[in-house]
Amino acid sequence: MKNVLNLACTLMLVSIFSCNNETTTTTKEESTTAAGGSVGQSGVVDDESQKDVVKVASGSADHTTLVAAIKQAQLVDALTNAGPFTVFAPTNAAFEKLPKETLDNLMKDENREQLQDILQYHVYLGILKEGLLIDGYTYNQVNGGNISISNKDGKIVVNNAANIITSIPASNGVIHVIDAVLLPPTN
Amino acid sequence: MLLKKTKLLLTATTIGLILYTMQSCKPRTAEAAAGGDAEKAYVAPGKYDEFYNIVSGGFNGQIGVYGLPSGRLIKIVPVFSQFGENGYGYSEESKPMLETSHGFVPWDDLHHIALSTTNGEHDGRWAFANGNNTPRLARVDLTTFKTVEILELPNSAGNHSSPFITENTEYIVAGTRFSIPLDDEDGDVPIDTYKDNFKGTISFVSVDQTTGNMDIAFQIKTPGVNFDLSRAGKGISHGWFFFSSYNTEKANTLLEVNASAKDKDFIMAVNWKKAEEYVKAGKGKKQAVRYAHNVLDESTHMTTSTIKTEVLVLDPADCPDMLYMIPCPKSPHGTDTDPTGEYIVGSGKLAAIIPVFSFTKMQKAIADKKFDGHYDGIPVLNYDAVLYGEVKKPGLGPLHTEFDDKGNAYTSMFVSSEIVKWNVKDLKILDRVPTYYSIGHLSIPGGPTKKPYGKYVVAYNKITKDRYLPTGPELAHSAQLYDISGEKMKLILDFPTTGEPHYAESIPAEKIMKKQVKIYKIEDNNHPYVSKGEGQTKVERKGNQVHVWMTAIRSHLTPDNIEGVKVGDDVYFHVTNLEQDWDVPHGLAIKGGNTAQILIMPGETQTLKWKADKVGIFPFYCTDFCSALHQEMQGYIRVSPAGSNVPIYFHTGKKPASSTAATTDTNNKGTN
Repeated sequence: MKNVLNLACTLMLVSIFSCNNETTTTTKEESTTAAGGSVGQSGVVDDESQKDVVKVASGSADHTTLVAAIKQAQLVDALTNAGPFTVFAPTNAAFEKLPKETLDNLMKDENREQLQDILQYHVYLGILKEGLLIDGYTYNQVNGGNISISNKDGKIVVNNAANIITSIPASNGVIHVIDAVLLPPTN
Repeated sequence: MLLKKTKLLLTATTIGLILYTMQSCKPRTAEAAAGGDAEKAYVAPGKYDEFYNIVSGGFNGQIGVYGLPSGRLIKIVPVFSQFGENGYGYSEESKPMLETSHGFVPWDDLHHIALSTTNGEHDGRWAFANGNNTPRLARVDLTTFKTVEILELPNSAGNHSSPFITENTEYIVAGTRFSIPLDDEDGDVPIDTYKDNFKGTISFVSVDQTTGNMDIAFQIKTPGVNFDLSRAGKGISHGWFFFSSYNTEKANTLLEVNASAKDKDFIMAVNWKKAEEYVKAGKGKKQAVRYAHNVLDESTHMTTSTIKTEVLVLDPADCPDMLYMIPCPKSPHGTDTDPTGEYIVGSGKLAAIIPVFSFTKMQKAIADKKFDGHYDGIPVLNYDAVLYGEVKKPGLGPLHTEFDDKGNAYTSMFVSSEIVKWNVKDLKILDRVPTYYSIGHLSIPGGPTKKPYGKYVVAYNKITKDRYLPTGPELAHSAQLYDISGEKMKLILDFPTTGEPHYAESIPAEKIMKKQVKIYKIEDNNHPYVSKGEGQTKVERKGNQVHVWMTAIRSHLTPDNIEGVKVGDDVYFHVTNLEQDWDVPHGLAIKGGNTAQILIMPGETQTLKWKADKVGIFPFYCTDFCSALHQEMQGYIRVSPAGSNVPIYFHTGKKPASSTAATTDTNNKGTN
């Protein structure tokens, strides 16, 4: 993400520089986040605020696969939104448990909807801190599917498969790092 | 040779660079910034906009009036909030407009607009608005753009599901956001007895077709859910009303989790024609309550506040076939009816689909009793029996839907920050555009009526961040205007708004502009303290009140020298603007005044109350730059000690034995 941003900033600078120096016709600079350009909320330059869920994930070396998948699924802007979100964030190791072919297929453009479905199954709209992940409860995820929670003595397991390793607060929600990818129930 | 080659190469590179640069500069024009369609939003100086855009101001308690497509702010109409700009809520005439059963409440949270309709089309008479905090409804006269009436709602808390309107303005509705113990019950109960003691209500407020005056025709007692939004049926479904609800779990704490437990909440369908029959049949029960009803009399320019003490309540237990529950996925926010009235669109803000219900199927399901049990005694219709179809994967966080004139629907998506266009018949998604950022409501001119004008959709966004020059932590809200005349939506304008807009409506300019009042006729002014000429100005003492009959005309105030006021007096400046010329208001402000100025329109009388708190000379002046000699339009009031025997004395100009002076002399005698 950061790289993309940096690249974008650099490009903008280049273009501003070139406008000011090479042409005399451009008298007024237009906003760099001009409409039409489709720069979403993730393009907002803000190093002061607390980091949102995407920025937190982007800063984690253990979540490069997840972040790549979020980008591929075009969910960066949505997850930069006010939310609030609870993101169950599988680690790179969790993704490695999947057959490599499955993951490779999901990352293809033609399978974007399927990838979105899986990723949205990892997101709940609302903040579910650990205390609110109640044993035996089900929670309806953004993709419409339910996850189940077991919470025995503070050991929280999602769908009887993924353990919450740690939880990280973010400006627009909370990230629960999990050790397995959640697969949406097939209808 | 080598050198030459290098030079050539360099030149070529330079040309290439220049070409590249020129190309890269090209999109940096205003036109390109909005995708080459910015000129569609351009309204040349001196030209009028095509639509009035009547926009709720949210937490500023006001209505913003913008022109479309230019996005130019034309007017701010204060409704539930005091407004120093024109003295609304500060002047003695307008203060009663903000009276409630809780006393003076000078702020509210104005969320939604409903423009009056006839046969389901905009008629340009009135704009209605809701007060979300201390439950109220307001009516704005669209010939003066003034708040002319406010009605408080009993048995209600948080009037959010309001002020939606039936197709002939028979009723505007008010569904309570919070359920509470009803007003005539003992409200001193533990909050965790919610499920037993908390009830909701829906108010049907009738509108007098001549005066516009509002009256609570009846209320319907409902289960203790939270009502969110609503829409009347129209055409085929005229006679019905649809209210979205959340928290059917009846949670009373941490709703963000506890009110999202169920897969489905309800859209409550109300057969209001049936309700009218029950009212006629005497099924309603009169309940003792207290609520304020405040009305402006345009002839006296004064507002009267009356406390009413009774309301008629229908209990669904006594009124079968009046209410039905339509299951709707995940805490529906908007419920919107398409122009034909056949399709009811529920927007479950946490749902992954948008359900579209069929009115015809609903009627059949009711006839066939296709119920899935009851909710607090109210039949729950079978979801599949009333469902027309679902829009699949529309986006994230659907909130509200508006309609164009071509059978398409436009749904705002808060989480994915976009507007999604889909076809009502085949439910296929046709287009999507990003909004900047996190859209709440959206508005198409005529969008909620039987005759949408289409043409534009405006996105009202909740988050602005970097859209405009930054102004510290607190930012203006952003709106974006899209041209929807073609197949693809095109962004043509981005403009900041006042307050925090929620819902808005737009109406063709020609439906309103020709009816505008320009001046109030001075001869029709029946204000009890009017001065219809400078000869009628005077100052009178009544105990510790001093009343000043004052006039304002270019470029003096009469009287402009006032003496005989004592510390502790309440001075009432009743100022009549004698001008009969459009756009020549006068204002009045006085040093130390702890209210605001008043702004008086031509032919109008307004009163500023001022407490004489200390001995001295206090200047006053006209606050509106009315003329070249505006700065000369000023005067003085002398305040003497409490026990002083300085007589009441006043004049403008020197003290000749003119008619004004005669009045002066008369009034001086025996009034001190």
